[in-house]
Amino acid sequence: MIETAPLGPHVAFWIGPVPISVAVVSTWAIMAVLTVGAWLATRNLAVHPEKRQAAVEVLVCGIAGQIRDALNRDPAPYLPLAGTLFIFLVVANTSAQIPLFNAPTARIETTGALALVVFASVHYFGVRQIGWKDHLATYLKPTPILLPLNLLSELTRTVSLMVRLFGNIMSHELVLAVVVALAGLFVPLPIMALGLLVALVQAYIFSVLAIIFIGAAIGAVKGH
Amino acid sequence: MTIEMLSLLGAAIAVSFGAIGPALAEGRAVAAAMDAIARQPESAGTLARTLFVGLAMIETMAIYCLVISLLLLYANPFVQ
Repeated sequence: MIETAPLGPHVAFWIGPVPISVAVVSTWAIMAVLTVGAWLATRNLAVHPEKRQAAVEVLVCGIAGQIRDALNRDPAPYLPLAGTLFIFLVVANTSAQIPLFNAPTARIETTGALALVVFASVHYFGVRQIGWKDHLATYLKPTPILLPLNLLSELTRTVSLMVRLFGNIMSHELVLAVVVALAGLFVPLPIMALGLLVALVQAYIFSVLAIIFIGAAIGAVKGH
Repeated sequence: MTIEMLSLLGAAIAVSFGAIGPALAEGRAVAAAMDAIARQPESAGTLARTLFVGLAMIETMAIYCLVISLLLLYANPFVQ
């Protein structure tokens, strides 16, 4: 039985007048796990790494390599944002497989917030790199007649980021619920395996698109 | 034809027609990727990554239709 409507409110508890939804509590749990994990992974760093540090280095250097491939420049200023987006999304999307855990990215509020973060960071990095006058002038390129189209494309690519991630994760959970209701307990196993693949791919897509949008704003990537 | 019936119809039509285009396009994308990998097996990694990114872009169109149909079913403003 589908517990709650995909788009309706799902409140866990109230702090005074403010409802705290289940997705927010899940996000807090994931934040706690990632923070503790990151602290544990980066204690006592050595120049010649042993296994734990080497595994973390593979992850960080992999993400940095992706940014360097996309932007053709030093990835250091963009690594915290892109790396956090990727790691948080991988954990949040795959957390749907944990029993009794609601994936936060199956709610449009979470993905909307992440898309807003990407939107704000595009403008932040653009202004920091080329100054706010030049950054605003990019909306008048190639011709000022295209200004409404440029603004519209800015809006639609943010909305599409939000809807893509939300639609993929939420529809996967919905399909699982329907198949379990119709066909029994072990039938959804291949669908759950597909869900793991979709989770990783969508996390990668979101992060790569964020990097490409930032690259377009700083002039490292031909405009989209 | 009540508004509920029309919403159900709309939801069904949205997903059924909305899945045709992306499915055809994804088939063509995978076929092109197969061609490219067969021609140059050593760049299979790059090709596979680009394929997945492209597939996610195409899939987005189907997801838009899915979201509309879910809105019609679960968050319909015209139905109590």
